[in-house]
Amino acid sequence: MAGHIIGVDVGGTFTDLVLIGADGVARVAKVPTTPDNQAFGVLAAIAETGVDLAQVRTIVHGTTATTNALLERKLARVGLITTRGFRDVLELGRRTRPNAYGLKGQFVPLIPRELRLEVDERMDAEGDVLVPLDEDDVRTACRFLLERGCEALVIHFLHAYRNPAHERRAAEIALEIWPNGFVTMGHAILSEYREYERGVTAAVNAAVQPVLHRYIGRLSAELAGRGYGHDLLVMQGNGGTVAAGIVAEHAVNTVMSGPASGVMAAAHAGARGGFPDLLTYDMGGTSCDVGLIRGGIAQVSSELELEYAMPIHVPMVDVHTIGAGGGSIARVDEAGMLQVGPESAGARPGPICYGRGGERPTITDANLALGRLNPDALLAVDNRVTLDHVRAVIGETIGAPLGLDTDAAAAAIVQVANARMAGALRMVSLARGHDPRDFALFAFGGAGPLHAVALARELGIPKVLIPARPGITNAIGCVVADVRHDYVNTVNTRVGDLDMDEVRRIVEAQMEEGRATIAREGVEVTDIRHVFEADMQFQGQSHILTVPIPGPLVTRDELRALFARAYWDRFAVDLPEIRPVLVNLHTAAIGRRAHADIGALAASGAGGTPVPVATRRVWFTAGWRDTPIYRRADFGPGTRIAGPAIVEQMDTTSVIEPGCTAQADAMGNLVVDVGRGE
Amino acid sequence: MTDIDPVTLAVVQSGLQQVCNEMDLAFVRAAFSPVISETLDRSDGIYHRDDGALIAQGDLGLPVFVGTMQFGTAEVIKRAKDLKPGDVYIVNDPYLGGTHLMDVRFARPFFYKGELFAWLANTGHWPDTGGMVPGGFSAKATEVEQEGLRLPPVKLFKQGVMDEEILSIILSNIRIADQRIGDIKAQAAALVVGERRFTALLDRYGRDTVEACIVELRARAEQQMRARIATIPDGSYHGVAWVDSDGVVDAPLKIDMKIAKSGTDLHFDMSGSSPPCQGPMNSVIATTRSSVYLAIKHIFPEVPINAGTFAPLHIADPDGTFLYAKYPRPVSGCAAEVSQRIAEAVFAALTPALPDRLFAAPAGTSGNFALGGSDPKTGRGYVLYLISGGGYGGYEDGDGLSNGCSTIGISKTTPIEVIEQRYPILIERYSLHEGSGGAGEKRGGFGVNYTVSIRRGDARASFVMDHGRTGPQGAMGGKDGGVNRVMVERRGEPDFIPPHLSKDQGIVVCEGDRIHVSTPGGGGYGNPMLRDPGAVLRDVAAGYYTAAQAAGKFGVVIAGDAVDTAATAKLRRG
Repeated sequence: MAGHIIGVDVGGTFTDLVLIGADGVARVAKVPTTPDNQAFGVLAAIAETGVDLAQVRTIVHGTTATTNALLERKLARVGLITTRGFRDVLELGRRTRPNAYGLKGQFVPLIPRELRLEVDERMDAEGDVLVPLDEDDVRTACRFLLERGCEALVIHFLHAYRNPAHERRAAEIALEIWPNGFVTMGHAILSEYREYERGVTAAVNAAVQPVLHRYIGRLSAELAGRGYGHDLLVMQGNGGTVAAGIVAEHAVNTVMSGPASGVMAAAHAGARGGFPDLLTYDMGGTSCDVGLIRGGIAQVSSELELEYAMPIHVPMVDVHTIGAGGGSIARVDEAGMLQVGPESAGARPGPICYGRGGERPTITDANLALGRLNPDALLAVDNRVTLDHVRAVIGETIGAPLGLDTDAAAAAIVQVANARMAGALRMVSLARGHDPRDFALFAFGGAGPLHAVALARELGIPKVLIPARPGITNAIGCVVADVRHDYVNTVNTRVGDLDMDEVRRIVEAQMEEGRATIAREGVEVTDIRHVFEADMQFQGQSHILTVPIPGPLVTRDELRALFARAYWDRFAVDLPEIRPVLVNLHTAAIGRRAHADIGALAASGAGGTPVPVATRRVWFTAGWRDTPIYRRADFGPGTRIAGPAIVEQMDTTSVIEPGCTAQADAMGNLVVDVGRGE
Repeated sequence: MTDIDPVTLAVVQSGLQQVCNEMDLAFVRAAFSPVISETLDRSDGIYHRDDGALIAQGDLGLPVFVGTMQFGTAEVIKRAKDLKPGDVYIVNDPYLGGTHLMDVRFARPFFYKGELFAWLANTGHWPDTGGMVPGGFSAKATEVEQEGLRLPPVKLFKQGVMDEEILSIILSNIRIADQRIGDIKAQAAALVVGERRFTALLDRYGRDTVEACIVELRARAEQQMRARIATIPDGSYHGVAWVDSDGVVDAPLKIDMKIAKSGTDLHFDMSGSSPPCQGPMNSVIATTRSSVYLAIKHIFPEVPINAGTFAPLHIADPDGTFLYAKYPRPVSGCAAEVSQRIAEAVFAALTPALPDRLFAAPAGTSGNFALGGSDPKTGRGYVLYLISGGGYGGYEDGDGLSNGCSTIGISKTTPIEVIEQRYPILIERYSLHEGSGGAGEKRGGFGVNYTVSIRRGDARASFVMDHGRTGPQGAMGGKDGGVNRVMVERRGEPDFIPPHLSKDQGIVVCEGDRIHVSTPGGGGYGNPMLRDPGAVLRDVAAGYYTAAQAAGKFGVVIAGDAVDTAATAKLRRG
């Protein structure tokens, strides 16, 4: 079926859009995000392309509606019905404090205590009923919560991951009373043990469900009103999409979908460009996100903690975030140590060079002082700020206390920031048993390509990929993402005692549920593939190790061997004397969509060596160098240059260090061969 | 100023930290005992090759080990001989720079290019090291031999190979030995991970540079701590804290903390404290010192940790008190309980000096609870070891946190669903200890209530808790938090309250019996009569306090679901 495909991603500052036309031509749009109702920004971005919505086949939308609602606590009023004796589980948490040192801090539970009610019911750890469900208790509790103005309801019982009968029955009763259908059963969101994590995940789902339902409802209506007649798909944190019609059922799955989109774009571009193993590095204004892709598949984890004591344990693309972005502030502490971040100048006052009143030097200011950013482009923001002023502040606040001249001080800021970011990349690779030298570094975000080559050199990574449009990578992720649904069931049985028929039945049921869901949402897919994983541990452990498995017909011996191998790779420990346990079975059902060709985003210029548009003095490790400045638009497939060089484009600046070469591939990626330096 | 460039210094600092963090992570993720994997009762660090001085410690390390690890490593160094790469010492002797016997330390000499460069060491709390009660927290021991197996520094690994003979001695003397091998391997493997990462750091920056950075970082941390101490007005400060009893003699033990501040130094004098006690509440000197360190670190959390951090803290040896235990005094309560009372005394002393930085006393007990028995269904023995949290103290900008972990810990609770999978018990209740937050303009946080019932077989319960007699101290006019309570219910009737309230051992319980525990709330901060009546109203709506408590503790009269302003004003005028 012909027609245009649109990916539209709402970020903190900008709403980005990519349109891949039926004719193979790409268009992009960037408009300010409208925080009060993100739909306005989305519609404005679509309007900017001038496209006729009747000609659009698919719109895939990445929204921060749920993430922001959580972080800003603009949530629905939620009530809880839980096992007698345990209403405070969601408030008592896991007995933690925000920081290891310092005995202060606040915690506000998602559901206030007066809206957490207990009913008579109890299962034991084997799933046997100890106390039958008191159905009248459930009815009374529902009515009480409705009277108190609750919009959504959570039903969360102990050991429901093992036997969900009471949760199911309570939900049936609740749905007879509850007017809007916003009833979340804990086990249906997450069928794993750990009552706090499962309960919070369910509470998060309930608290964002009405918010997301309203938002997507409004957006769908607006799009329909403008002539759009096909699927609206919504990005999820697992890197896949879900149809707008069912997205609110598991609203929690849309949390953190932005970073996931970026990683999916990377996986797609890498796989097409011949780089199936990637470290992804997304640096924006306030933070940097790093992730890992192996064999073209993004690593997924179920251990997100969105903020202090807010675990969200559904499968999500595993992204590690640190507070190092362009706006991160540099300072010298009272011990005379240079610190960069995590404190950020944000968008306001922002870096000094933005001219919005910022007076503390940031990573962006340091890049400017070193000639890496174009002073003409930035200083256009405000005439009051000059490059000399930026350099003077860096000299005074960083250089003087450290005994460095201004150049060295600015270079020090960049190097310390790079050390922190390299540390984050080590954590997602080395600390998990991967050698970064076996990967290529995929750099995006407004600031990623400024630092990527230096980071690659620090980590021994041989190649850096800079996509055609690094500043709108998340929107590209929307265009290339597949439909995806994840299912996790707790088994918690020693491998030796497993009923392998039961294992097969669980995995097949997960596959069937995936197929049914994809059919129900009615999205056009070319085929459905599956990713199977087993969460395993040695008997007596509490942490798990996730092991890829071949599928429902996995054998007992395979499980043992795969786990032993993964355990050795991760911990270098061999434990033949202890029995392994299969904790969870996890199946991802991935419905492949017909992909738009993102090669359309590549520059169309001819290959060969482009002509620099200017020359600028730029600081590199060995000192100032007269450096050619290129326009990215001139990098058609095959275009090749040698460092030092700066490549500028609307959404980012790429720094090609001395000793490197860079070549544009057919997908529009700039592939940097890092080399050893000079 | 040295000749190390500031960039290299910052990069090496984060590199050293990362070596430790990776050791932490490897140990936690590979460990078997929930007390390590979930409760994080362990620590990893890098120590100086000559004197064991702390170079860096992992961010996930248990605070109480902040000081003890360097004292412990120093004792290993004194006794070490014929060191080879791959050797690993094991030691748990409390008197050799330790805590209690359950904290087992591994120390590995780290060689770089054939030369000893530093020591990598970690400590992990083992669920059992033998002794008269399962779990090791005897409340009645009167000599260390009753508390468990005591290991001097011995090489458990020789050039990377485990000594099976030493291992067999250990495993023959502890309970549930079959699961220990996994923890032992995880603990040793964490040091291997550290060695790999540290080697890479040295390869990258060079031995001399890293060495110079370590010296410089130590000087910088000291400088930073001195800058913090300078904010305390010169003068003498005094704080007191009480331990309920030693478990054997039913009388409180006093910690008398005199702090003299001059310039950028703090001098700690605890000589006025109670004499050594018969029961296991004695503290070894390493733990006593470490408790002062961690208290100061809680007050100034932004100062990085290495040996320099603690150079401005001068702690006089409290000879002749229970805070300087000598062999064979029993010590099982020192790391978990006495340490927290020492910290509380430091907080109490310094709150008037830095009222905006400090806070009223936190619950300050680990709430150690051990239940050992045999499950008739499986025929296997078990040791359930629980620790619990309590309320934190109020502070100038906010109410105290509820159910925070102990002052000396950073541990997470083991999920109820995990406990019930593993042990023949039910947790019948896990709830907020209503009313326990100490009254204040900023109230304390709340403790927890939990009830354990025995489903099958007989078991023996032991506990070492504290603050059963008096609650955590209020500050700046705030009231004390609620006390810790333990009660055993037999055949459906309240049956037994331990004579020492918070400490007892060997309590026999059978199928159907219940043990009820309530943990302390945090102290209140500031005059409770100044608390915002709207905040009191919200507390009553949530059921944190009753309306009667609102009137009695805060002078706020609540009528229906609103504050009776006139009656409140009248009551508060008193």
